[in-house]
Amino acid sequence: METEVEHTGLAIHPMDQFIVRKLFCHTESASPMNECTTNIHWYDITNVTMWMAIAVLVIAAILVLGTRRRAIVPSRSQSVAELLYGFIHNMVEEVTGHEGVKYFPYVMTLFLFVLCGNVLGLLPLSFTTTSHMAVTVPLALMVFVGVTALGFMRNGPGFLKMFWVTSAPLAIRPVLAVIEVISYFVRPVSHSIRLAGNMMAGHAVIKVIAGFASIAVVSPVVVGAVTAIYALELLVAVVQAYVFTILTCVYLRDAVGDAHH
Amino acid sequence: METEVHEAAGAAGHAGQAVGMPQLNFDYWPNQIFWLLVTLVAIYFLLTRVALPRIGAVLAERRGTITNDLAAAEELKQKAVLAEKAYNEALAKARAEAQAIIAETRAAIQAELAVATAKADSEIAAKSAESESRISEIRAGALQSVTEVAKDTAEALVAALGGKSDAASVDAAVAARMKG
Repeated sequence: METEVEHTGLAIHPMDQFIVRKLFCHTESASPMNECTTNIHWYDITNVTMWMAIAVLVIAAILVLGTRRRAIVPSRSQSVAELLYGFIHNMVEEVTGHEGVKYFPYVMTLFLFVLCGNVLGLLPLSFTTTSHMAVTVPLALMVFVGVTALGFMRNGPGFLKMFWVTSAPLAIRPVLAVIEVISYFVRPVSHSIRLAGNMMAGHAVIKVIAGFASIAVVSPVVVGAVTAIYALELLVAVVQAYVFTILTCVYLRDAVGDAHH
Repeated sequence: METEVHEAAGAAGHAGQAVGMPQLNFDYWPNQIFWLLVTLVAIYFLLTRVALPRIGAVLAERRGTITNDLAAAEELKQKAVLAEKAYNEALAKARAEAQAIIAETRAAIQAELAVATAKADSEIAAKSAESESRISEIRAGALQSVTEVAKDTAEALVAALGGKSDAASVDAAVAARMKG
């Protein structure tokens, strides 16, 4: 995993940006793993805390501060808030149906958290909260457990009919049921790894390429490449937030929507 | 869930001082999960208590305003149509009145004209009758004069030719000639 290229003078540490470190902690150590980045307790205030707090502030700025005038003819910031609201509201309504609209605040929370985490992570020197499986796995598990619990609460044992594909011939239904069950349990894995993997890979690639900028001959190319990848990463950040949210809606449909299998 | 991922990826995680993948350093997990939950709860309350009701209300209000405005516009359009209809009716009525007045006036003028024409005709008739009577008088006078002149001339001719004028035969001859 070490990507240091000591002998050429290049010091590329693409993974250092993902290190969790305590804030208000001073260290003399030059090593990335020191007393500030180890033995972190659950209650410690870390860069995770800071960047999640910034995400909350950004969300508050857009959705609360931006809409404070409640104008009929919206200002720019209010338009952004309304756009986000309308986008997710429509998504929930279209994908999960009318019944799913009451879960709109949960979906909106997930979307805004992931979107802000992804986009804020693109700021130089920032920490990408959504690049950590410690964040995306709980997010995905919340959706998984929530959807499963909701499915059983609303449909009772009838929720299990989802795995029994009645449109298929009777002979292959048991096989399909096994496949459906496996795919159901793989959902949280793909749901969380997809987001964390995308975020981590993009940021690591930018770091690796940017590391080569210290070689004068290739630095113009590197600057161009970093710019291009940065633009791509911006797209990926938004698209992954969208994907995470729409998958949440799709899973939610199993629990609240009409039978679609 | 932590334990199962631990087994799968523990080996790849932190090895001494090496950074490796910080994502697989499970020392970090409790901290991240704790702050994640705090953040999600904060965002959730921010959304459900303030942002979403507010935006929902604004959107509903806007929809209401637009609907009202459209209804008002529809109403005004109806009014405009009615006003146009009233205007057209008034125009038609005025036109009809004007036509009536024109016809009336024309009839009155026609009547006056007829009276005047009749009067003029009667005057003309009277004058021409008078003129005719005078002409016939003059003509009768002229005939008489011609007869007398013819008799005198005939008598004078007869006398000049050495004859004796017979008044009766001269009269008869002149009368026969005058008739011819």
